[in-house]
Amino acid sequence: MGNPKAFLTINRKEAGYRPVHDRVNDFGEVEQTLNTSDRMKQASRCMDCGVPFCHWACPLGNKQPEWQHLVYMGKWKEAYQVLESTCDFPEFTGRICPAPCEKSCVLKLSADEPVTIRENEVSIAERAFLEGYIKVHHPERNGKKVAVIGSGPAGLTAANRLNRKGYLVTVFEKNEMAGGLLRYGIPNFKLAKNIVERRIDLMREEGVIFKTGTQIDKLPEGFDAYCIAIGAEVPRDLPIEGRNLKGIHFAMDYLSQQNRLLEGIEVASGKLINAKGKKVLVIGGGDTGSDCVGTANRQKASKVTQIEILEKPPVGYNPATPWPTMYPQVLKTSSSHEEGCERRWSLTSCRFIGDKGILKGVEVEEVTWETGEDGRMQMQLTGKKEIIEADLVFLAMGFVHPVQEGLIKSSKLTIDNRKNITIDKSFKSSVSNVFACGDATTGASLVVKAMAAGRDTAKAIDSYLSSITL
Amino acid sequence: MKERSHFNNEKGLYNFSYEHDACGVGMLVNIHGGKSHEIVESALKVLENMQHRGAEGADNKTGDGAGILLQIPHEFILLQGIPVPEKGKYGTGLLFLPKDEKLQDVVLSILIEEIEKEGLNLMHLRKVPVNSSILGADAHSTEPDVRQLFITGCTDQALLEKKLYLVRKRVEKKIQQTEAVIKQDFYIVSLSTRSIIYKGMLSSMQLRHYFPDLTNNYFTSGLALVHSRFSTNTFPTWSLAQPFRLLAHNGEINTVRGNRGWMEARESVLNSPSLGNIEDICPIIQPGMSDSASLDNVLEFLVASGMSLPHAMAMLVPESFNEKNPISEDLKAFYEYHSILMEPWDGPAALLFSDGRYAGGMLDRNGLRPARYLITKDDMMVVASEVGVMDFEANQIKEKGRLQPGKILLVDTEKGEIYYDGELKKQLADAKPYRTWLANNRVELDELKSGRKIEHKVANYDRLLRAFNYSREDIEKIIIPMSSTGAEPISSMGNDTPLAVLSSKPQILYNYFRQQFAQVTNPPIDPIREELVMSLVEYIGAVGNNILVPDEMHCKMVKLNYPILSNTQLDILCNIRYKGFNSLKLPMLYEVAKGKEGLREAIAHLCKLAEQSVTEGVNYIILSDKNVDTKFAPIPSLLALSAIHHHLVSVHKRVQTALIVETGEMREVMHAALLLGYGASAINPYMAFAVLDDLVKKQEIQLNYETAEKNYIKSICKGLFKVMSKMGISTIRSYRGAKLFEAVGLSEDLSRAYFGGTTTAIGGIGLDEIAEDSAALHHEAFGNDIDDILPNKGIYSYRKDGEQHAWNPETISTLQLATRLGSYKKFKEYSKIVDEKEEPIFVRDFLEFKRNPISIDKVEPAENIMKRFVTGAMSYGSISKEAHETMAMAMNKIKGRSNTGEGGEDAARFTPLENGLSLRSAIKQVASGRFGVTTEYLVNADEIQIKIAQGAKPGEGGQLPGYKVDDVIARTRHSIPGISLISPPPHHDIYSIEDLAQLIFDLKNVNPKAEISVKLVSESGVGTIAAGVAKAKADRIVISGAEGGTGASPASSIRYAGLPPEIGLSETQQTLVINSLRGQVTLQTDGQIKTGRDIVMMAMLGAEEYGFATSALIVLGCVMMRKCHMNTCPVGVATQDEELRKRFHGKHEYLVNFFNYLAEEVREHLAEMGFTKLDDIIGRTDLIVRRTSYTNKKFETLNFSRLLHMPEQASTTAIHHVAKQDHNIESVKDREIIIQASPAIQALKEVSLDYTIANTDRSVGAMLSGVIASKYGNDGLPDDTLNIKFKGSAGQSFGAFLSHGVHFKLEGEANDYLGKGLSGGRISVMPPIRSTFIAEENTIAGNTLLYGATSGQVFINGRVGERFCVRNSGATAVVEGVGDHCCEYMTGGRVVVLGSTGRNFAAGMSGGVAYVWNKNNDFDYFCNMEMVELSLIEENSYRKELHELIRMHYYYTGSKLAKTMLDSWNKYVDQFIQIVPIEYKKVLQEEQMKKLQQKIADMQRDY
Repeated sequence: MGNPKAFLTINRKEAGYRPVHDRVNDFGEVEQTLNTSDRMKQASRCMDCGVPFCHWACPLGNKQPEWQHLVYMGKWKEAYQVLESTCDFPEFTGRICPAPCEKSCVLKLSADEPVTIRENEVSIAERAFLEGYIKVHHPERNGKKVAVIGSGPAGLTAANRLNRKGYLVTVFEKNEMAGGLLRYGIPNFKLAKNIVERRIDLMREEGVIFKTGTQIDKLPEGFDAYCIAIGAEVPRDLPIEGRNLKGIHFAMDYLSQQNRLLEGIEVASGKLINAKGKKVLVIGGGDTGSDCVGTANRQKASKVTQIEILEKPPVGYNPATPWPTMYPQVLKTSSSHEEGCERRWSLTSCRFIGDKGILKGVEVEEVTWETGEDGRMQMQLTGKKEIIEADLVFLAMGFVHPVQEGLIKSSKLTIDNRKNITIDKSFKSSVSNVFACGDATTGASLVVKAMAAGRDTAKAIDSYLSSITL
Repeated sequence: MKERSHFNNEKGLYNFSYEHDACGVGMLVNIHGGKSHEIVESALKVLENMQHRGAEGADNKTGDGAGILLQIPHEFILLQGIPVPEKGKYGTGLLFLPKDEKLQDVVLSILIEEIEKEGLNLMHLRKVPVNSSILGADAHSTEPDVRQLFITGCTDQALLEKKLYLVRKRVEKKIQQTEAVIKQDFYIVSLSTRSIIYKGMLSSMQLRHYFPDLTNNYFTSGLALVHSRFSTNTFPTWSLAQPFRLLAHNGEINTVRGNRGWMEARESVLNSPSLGNIEDICPIIQPGMSDSASLDNVLEFLVASGMSLPHAMAMLVPESFNEKNPISEDLKAFYEYHSILMEPWDGPAALLFSDGRYAGGMLDRNGLRPARYLITKDDMMVVASEVGVMDFEANQIKEKGRLQPGKILLVDTEKGEIYYDGELKKQLADAKPYRTWLANNRVELDELKSGRKIEHKVANYDRLLRAFNYSREDIEKIIIPMSSTGAEPISSMGNDTPLAVLSSKPQILYNYFRQQFAQVTNPPIDPIREELVMSLVEYIGAVGNNILVPDEMHCKMVKLNYPILSNTQLDILCNIRYKGFNSLKLPMLYEVAKGKEGLREAIAHLCKLAEQSVTEGVNYIILSDKNVDTKFAPIPSLLALSAIHHHLVSVHKRVQTALIVETGEMREVMHAALLLGYGASAINPYMAFAVLDDLVKKQEIQLNYETAEKNYIKSICKGLFKVMSKMGISTIRSYRGAKLFEAVGLSEDLSRAYFGGTTTAIGGIGLDEIAEDSAALHHEAFGNDIDDILPNKGIYSYRKDGEQHAWNPETISTLQLATRLGSYKKFKEYSKIVDEKEEPIFVRDFLEFKRNPISIDKVEPAENIMKRFVTGAMSYGSISKEAHETMAMAMNKIKGRSNTGEGGEDAARFTPLENGLSLRSAIKQVASGRFGVTTEYLVNADEIQIKIAQGAKPGEGGQLPGYKVDDVIARTRHSIPGISLISPPPHHDIYSIEDLAQLIFDLKNVNPKAEISVKLVSESGVGTIAAGVAKAKADRIVISGAEGGTGASPASSIRYAGLPPEIGLSETQQTLVINSLRGQVTLQTDGQIKTGRDIVMMAMLGAEEYGFATSALIVLGCVMMRKCHMNTCPVGVATQDEELRKRFHGKHEYLVNFFNYLAEEVREHLAEMGFTKLDDIIGRTDLIVRRTSYTNKKFETLNFSRLLHMPEQASTTAIHHVAKQDHNIESVKDREIIIQASPAIQALKEVSLDYTIANTDRSVGAMLSGVIASKYGNDGLPDDTLNIKFKGSAGQSFGAFLSHGVHFKLEGEANDYLGKGLSGGRISVMPPIRSTFIAEENTIAGNTLLYGATSGQVFINGRVGERFCVRNSGATAVVEGVGDHCCEYMTGGRVVVLGSTGRNFAAGMSGGVAYVWNKNNDFDYFCNMEMVELSLIEENSYRKELHELIRMHYYYTGSKLAKTMLDSWNKYVDQFIQIVPIEYKKVLQEEQMKKLQQKIADMQRDY
């Protein structure tokens, strides 16, 4: 292990963000990095727990204690090898993972100062690219072909693993560029797109075929197995009065458009959503909402407000979600929030108010939450209503399920009662050589979870294809 | 005839071979051989005076065995009308026969046939009169017919003696082949022309009454040897009573399994001119007898072959002869020569022996049994376990002494001479030129050099690592620490991974074995502080033929200083051509594709090749698993080795060769211990070396290869010492092949076929599964591409894809949440995860109870159940004050019991808090360190627990490093801040079962209200030990599971020592029930108990109380960091760091919730089962069925029928606790003293009293002190309030725990344990006034005095035995000579020795000061210098201190020597040496500096 007593003398040190006044003017990544010596010191704080809760909390099962130790020892290459053995794309997760590991770190419990696991992870990944530890693999082909539909984190992971195993993998992507949510959903200031491109290029070099701009409504012929990783793209709507007013958008439409623009992809002027000088209201207090806040601020909105229907969570520690929960319900202040945003809680939206078809504001009502008889929280309206002025509203209330039209219907895949694709323990769908993974099977969730599912599906496909003779 | 099913109990877990015994021995000799009946009479009295050293069964009437060896009473025989020829021309002896006459005829016809074959006649067969009516029921039911044989027909006494031996052996052999009903009752007690033995399953009081012969006035003898037995069991064992034909043994031969095996293997080379071909008297060792009987068999054989008694004894039980022992080089050579021929019979032993002419005694090398002698002016000698067994007039005594470790004392009654050890050994050493023989023939491997360059790396390294199942943890957590620190890594918090057989991952075969360890019946050894008795020296080569004929060719051997060979050494060994050495390498490989059959054939082939090589004269065989490749997988090295070893033994070719194992599999201490324990002479772990090479090359360790290798080997060697010493074994030669292991999860067939019948309690896998695992590993290595990174298999730390852990994030967090929130619903979630886990971890996971539901309202309330809950013994020191007190509070609240652990307890906690809660721990533990064990501590207990062993490291001691000992911890432990505290591996007052009985008696006297419990650790045979403990009058027995937690323990001990609690508990229950002992004790168990289901399972297996330690800590916040040993516990549980302690957030309410929930769950289960009370299901294994939910091929091989066996006795005797123990403390001397001293106790008035005392008055002063301490605490009475004078021989534990203000003055002598736990009192001992011997030259008190003394004073005008002032932490003592190991582990106080000392003075001494009169100027030779500094006494303050101590000595004892010294003080003071521990010196200096600074400050203030 690192240094058994380091945690007693060294405090948690985050690299932090670039200064607000600087970062709001561009879409470059906001997070900074520590110098190597500080980074190694941070890694030394890991206590190599007998029961590493971080490792348990990580959907990928990353072996944090092992690579923290290696970072502390300056063995970056070995650290990368251990990291890569569980996590295909640490350069992504190291940037955008909400880090359940840190929430479950024993030092979180002990001193509220978890090890900077996520930052250490990205350091390892960047060091590996920089020092050339990452080499192009040229796997020996086994003659079998797999199609992966969808190039989000789940699809990419499955493709990567299968390719390394010798399968000839073709990844189909409906958008113009590969990466799915990583490419279009996450703002550049959190994940720069050259990072995504670097990985896709590497995969291409290793032999993965990417067919972008290809909408798949029917499974293509000529593959031994299929991996469906189309995500859960249908957003939750807010069907209240005035919903069709101009100026109300789904968050993802807004975010993806901004990413396209930055990529130099043209957007029809009529479709352009620009917050410059506008009053922006984001409905939904989650990460997507926060991303809209950051984007709107960069577009120089005049005012940004974010509302959430639930109560304001406590700051720091919430006894209702004790350690080692991976998702403590505590107030989360993202870099985007710091950049300027009014945040309000316990507000439900009653109607959109417009003038001549153009959005002017939203009527909201204060609510309270009480525990019902069944133990669930129940919402009570208070009657206290008010109007929040807004020129633009972004609906960021989550996603419900994968798009049903097209592939799911044409392939006659069974879906569950939440309209996600049904799979068995080995990730197999109702159709014999069709597997599915990621949000398409679970509903929207974390990137790491999608990657874990992609990895396990690849394993399942491999054992399926190794067991049958073609 | 009653069927004695327990002899070969196939159904249950009890096994006859587990039996242990210990005892009292005594010998009386008229040095000139003068015969009289007085000697017989006195010897019987001696026996009766040692009654307390024997034991009785549950009927309190059946003795464990008593007997007497005498010279043949010629006149008495003639008076019986038996016309025997003259003395020495006939042989006689008692004979045990079956009662059935037909069966008798069978025996007699065999007997007569053999007698006549030797040309002798059975002249007469006398029916020996016996008094059967006095026998207890058990003894009566198995009583044999006792006859006396008279054989004539040869007039040459020596020849007749030999013929009688041959006849007896042959008859025994023939009878052995008859039916069971005959052989179980047949036994020839003795058959000789010189001596005769009377013995039986009697108590020492019964012997004379049972055999009226012995009380006949005409029955005369010039010597008598008596023995009373304390057996752990009371089974019909008339033949196992002692003395045997030549000896009586008090102690235990730990290595007996190996010794027996080697003896069998050796039979082919033991022909001698005297006996000729011995084939028809083999086996030399009679099967089915005790360890002592086996030793006697061999001794007798050696003597019959022409060896003298002392020669044979010196060969069998050699003294330690490494460089730390002060004996001559010639004698060392004598021992070395003989050590090549025979491994030592190792273990605690006081041996008294006699062939009718010579009579003598000796002790084992470590002096672990007491034996004192006395010679009178009219030339009588008495040797006995205790003094005072016979009364003599003070002025009649010429000399008093004690047998010393490894030394022999011998009397020749014909010549009338006494031979002391020096003289005897000199004769032995000079008999042959042993030194020259060794120098000319024995090769020392260390001295051989070769110019060849040896590679350390291996080809295919990465694949081989996988083939041998290495994981990253093996390298990072085992090999790196070993190679960089030279010591085994330390770990903590127990083992919660599945048994090897339950794991879903492939296992290496080593993982199926567990180390055995000594508990109660013999002591583990301290291999660090008592290194002088330890040895790893091995010899490789073939023992020649006819080894009983002295010949220099027998020492043609290669000598190894330790059994781990470096690559270079192995290369040399393989290539020695020097002096005709010649070796053979055999591959331990098999074709993996051929599977199980391939494996079986390969092993059989290996055995054949090995056998053939012996015939061809190969000196040693190297078994190698090098060259594993895609086709060949390694045969598990242990399997191959053990198979070959046992095969060679069975064909009598084993001693003609040595086995060396070259294996990639071995990497840790346990692996090495297994290979050696199953017969290897040396091991080369080449993969471990390749790992070191790789680590060095990759710079993962900052060492060069040579240093890394040296450290690695050193740590293995240290570990081997530890493993051996755990079992009380000191030399690797006796450990080799002794198979001191047991298996868990191996089938009995496999064990019988390849492992010499190693115990395996629950069955398990066979060759099939071994081959499958081997193939799986081979496939992992060679089947595919392999990753760059070696996988981590999650054995020491949890990993998602690794081995399962019972304590994992889900169980830990759910339990914490449930108890914190007070949510029973959440708790049920927790117990569901635990009880219904996907894969099994523990044995109990396979058990399920039968259902017959009733309403839960009928079930007894939770309060009743919670009274049965206790928390584990965790010392304040190992865990924080906060955690310790919170636990006490919770347990007091639910009326359960918390345990102090071994660190003492702050007296402030004895008073309840204002809010009604109490921080007092109900259970006070007494462990080997005796930290803080004062009288006050003991009287504040509801239960006193004697910790014999700890689940995580049975048989080992511990150490609390100085930096952890802060002011408060030091205060509660009665030590000094900053001084390291060592807990010795053994209790130095428990070397045997009768010692334990004595300690229980001591503690019961101090606090008659407290129950006494004894904590044992689960292993095979623990039931038998528990039976002994029950007979030693313990009220409660704890069977601890080996998986239990710990604050710090060597990693290998956590994983590989001891058994799961289920097995030990069940064996204990069965054994106690069979012995009808169950009703008088409470059984408690612990070891990873987590839920109500666990409790109910343990209840049905026999436990009525349940211990929780890890789970309790987890409730209080522990997250299983496994860093307790590092003081960095981040949640403030197991740390003393002030900052971290602030992070402790546990509350006693959480624990109360936990125990409430557990009790509720128990109630639910009881309702399910249809019982209203927990008591109703205790021991009811008939209510258990096997759970079927787990399916796996491996699991199907398990067999739980023996575990769940309910002995037939269960229907007639109690199966749970129903009665109280009778402690026999109603009439102790203290009762009278307390009444007469009441003015002192009640009103603090000065009182003086006078008493006579005898050795049967034991623990005098303990009860008195208990009364004083409960009234006045540790302060006791004011100075000199109570003065009591005793005359006579005091029994054991004189003045134990004596309180302040009490002065015991003893005129006479004392036995062992005087001043044990002294708590402020004063004891002075002096010889009787009329005695004429020189006080300072005679031993006046026994062994282990002042053990654990915390304060007080002792003055002894005479010499004392071994281990004086062991673990003294504050008392002052002056004596006039001491034995070995004086001041061992001392942490405080003052010791003055006015005379010579034994070896190993001041071993492990970390505090206090000793002064020794260095009369002979050789003290440094006897001192263990590891922790102390010697100096002359220069400083004035020390000179003053010494003068004052000697002055007091003179004042209290009238010592003449003290007077002489005081009279010419200036001359004597310069002859003293001062011994100060280095650590202590620093503390003293700091203290002085502080004082000085204070002085300066005070002065400055004054100005």
